[in-house]
Amino acid sequence: MTPAGSANGTVHPHGGGLTFRASLTEAMDDLLREDPRVLLLGEDVLDPYGGAFKVTRGLSGRYPGRVLATPVSEAAIVGAATGLAIGGLRPIAEVMFGDFILLATDELINHAAKFRAMYNDQVTVPLVVRAPAGGGRAYGPTHSQSLEKHFLGVPGLKVVAPTHLHDPGALLRAAVADPDPVLFIEHKLLYPLELRPAEVHGTPYPTAVVRAGRGEPAVMLFAYGGGVRWCLPAMGRLAEAGIASTLCLPSRIDRFAAWPWWDLAGRPPAAVLVEEGTAGAGWTAEVAAQLAEAGNPPVIRRVTGADDIIPAAGHLEDAMLPSTDAVVAAALALVR
Amino acid sequence: MAQADEALAVELYTQMALIRRVEETLQALFRQGRMRGTTHVSIGQEACAAGVVGAMDRQRDFVFSTHRCHGHFLAWGGEPRALFAELFGRQTGVCGGLGGSQHLCWNGFFSNGIQAGMAPVAVGLALSRKAAGEGIGVAFLGDGTFGEGALYESLNLAALWGAPLLFVVEDNGYAQSTPRRMQHAGRLAGRPPAFGVETVVHDAADPITIRRLAEALTLAVRADCRPRCLYLHTYRLAAHSLSEDYRDTEEIERWRRADPLAAMRRRLPDEQADTIDREIAARVADAVAAAEADPPARPRAVPLPEPVALPSLASAGGEPA
Repeated sequence: MTPAGSANGTVHPHGGGLTFRASLTEAMDDLLREDPRVLLLGEDVLDPYGGAFKVTRGLSGRYPGRVLATPVSEAAIVGAATGLAIGGLRPIAEVMFGDFILLATDELINHAAKFRAMYNDQVTVPLVVRAPAGGGRAYGPTHSQSLEKHFLGVPGLKVVAPTHLHDPGALLRAAVADPDPVLFIEHKLLYPLELRPAEVHGTPYPTAVVRAGRGEPAVMLFAYGGGVRWCLPAMGRLAEAGIASTLCLPSRIDRFAAWPWWDLAGRPPAAVLVEEGTAGAGWTAEVAAQLAEAGNPPVIRRVTGADDIIPAAGHLEDAMLPSTDAVVAAALALVR
Repeated sequence: MAQADEALAVELYTQMALIRRVEETLQALFRQGRMRGTTHVSIGQEACAAGVVGAMDRQRDFVFSTHRCHGHFLAWGGEPRALFAELFGRQTGVCGGLGGSQHLCWNGFFSNGIQAGMAPVAVGLALSRKAAGEGIGVAFLGDGTFGEGALYESLNLAALWGAPLLFVVEDNGYAQSTPRRMQHAGRLAGRPPAFGVETVVHDAADPITIRRLAEALTLAVRADCRPRCLYLHTYRLAAHSLSEDYRDTEEIERWRRADPLAAMRRRLPDEQADTIDREIAARVADAVAAAEADPPARPRAVPLPEPVALPSLASAGGEPA
């Protein structure tokens, strides 16, 4: 499958062997070098360990005193980073596993995200909280979750979920430049993937668009973050079956407006909405509601994780998370 | 009294009397239905606010406060009119009417209504001031705050990283309606020292002593950029909020007879105290009148996502897989 270029779209320049992880590390390296206000803090982020997922590896040696290993205190990490941000610095906080963000939820929602509005624009909170999220590695119920749906619709909080079709480093730079707090969701399985060029639209948090198959798309896929790993192969298989599809892959998932993308894709008659988090009341529910509200909606199926914990046994985890098969089956059920 | 002490007594009495007058006025305005919502007054605890906040440098320091924040705000130099306007829901309020009683922000002053939630934020801001080479902070806590884990994370981080921050505990013996002995095992004042945070404990009746202690502690914080804690025993003479007060009436009466404001007033010549009271009464009445007549708060413009210039995806056509 070859993502097509577009006269209006931008094919981002990366590719050439840079991985999702290296893109993020490189961006933080650049940010630390260019901007004395930037600092990193999180658990176990120092070399030689370099963070649980090795995203900060190499940075503490190059920028001593600006990469700070914290105690196991997520509330203090996010709270202190909020104070540093108010004080004019540009902190990037790492929460070791996205699951642990729950320990800092009060700091994020009742403090960082609130301040600008409730203090009537007297302060801004340029805070980035990076959170490696998602399953697929058999880490079990408390180290595998996709909890971002609980952070959608929080006033003042942006939620950004890069994929290897975006430029993750550029997204991180945009998040650091953002005057408002950003929860930056990095799916663990994307770290080793090489970036690939894609058609992207919009700034500072672009949406990637991928099209496969001949002719007008019969089905449109909406997904974000780790969902990309099922959608791309599913689109290939659908194309082999003679079904053209278009994938909309936003990087900013809060306050995402779905309808314009569906409209401009020629209003495909079917839409498959994909997210890894548990079934119901999630991002796909919001996308479905928006499409329905617009009138004459496509027929819709959601493909999500099961409404259950993520079991530790690898084969059970595989069975409860979405899959390429599930995306293909949903599309075929709608199209046929 | 020495001349310096006399001047300080006048300053502290004036500060405390202003806080008392403003908060009694707020209670009346709520009773009269002229304000909506709720509020937490610090009546009886004014010595803590006047004593501590006056030791800070308003040009470069900062203050983090709690749900019971009016006294700290006024002692920091906040305008009564802006405070009244905030609670009236007016544009001219401290936060344009969006924050209300518990959520004030002005000139380095921040309050929030979540127990201990501001403690790590205060640590972070203190660290940023340390990096910038000037300014320290004070973070007010209550005895109830010691129930929250975030406080211990913050004490640890402040000591570990050397945050120039003075934690001030206003222990009024109650968290809302529940007495301290039903909430906490052990001695609260022993907890900050367990993190290596030097702690001074004082009975908060006398604002002059509090000022001297706060001056000494802030001097030490400025000198070595390490946190300190001032642990003040105090008592609130009013209910937790606008709800009924279920505490023992004899207990309240006993504390009322030891009201620090009245004690402070006795240290001034009657005539001088009368003059101060009259001026404050007029100032507060003017502030209420002006604030109530101010225009109502404006709704906040909710920011929409950045518009995306969309191409015509339909016309571009896909490639075969």
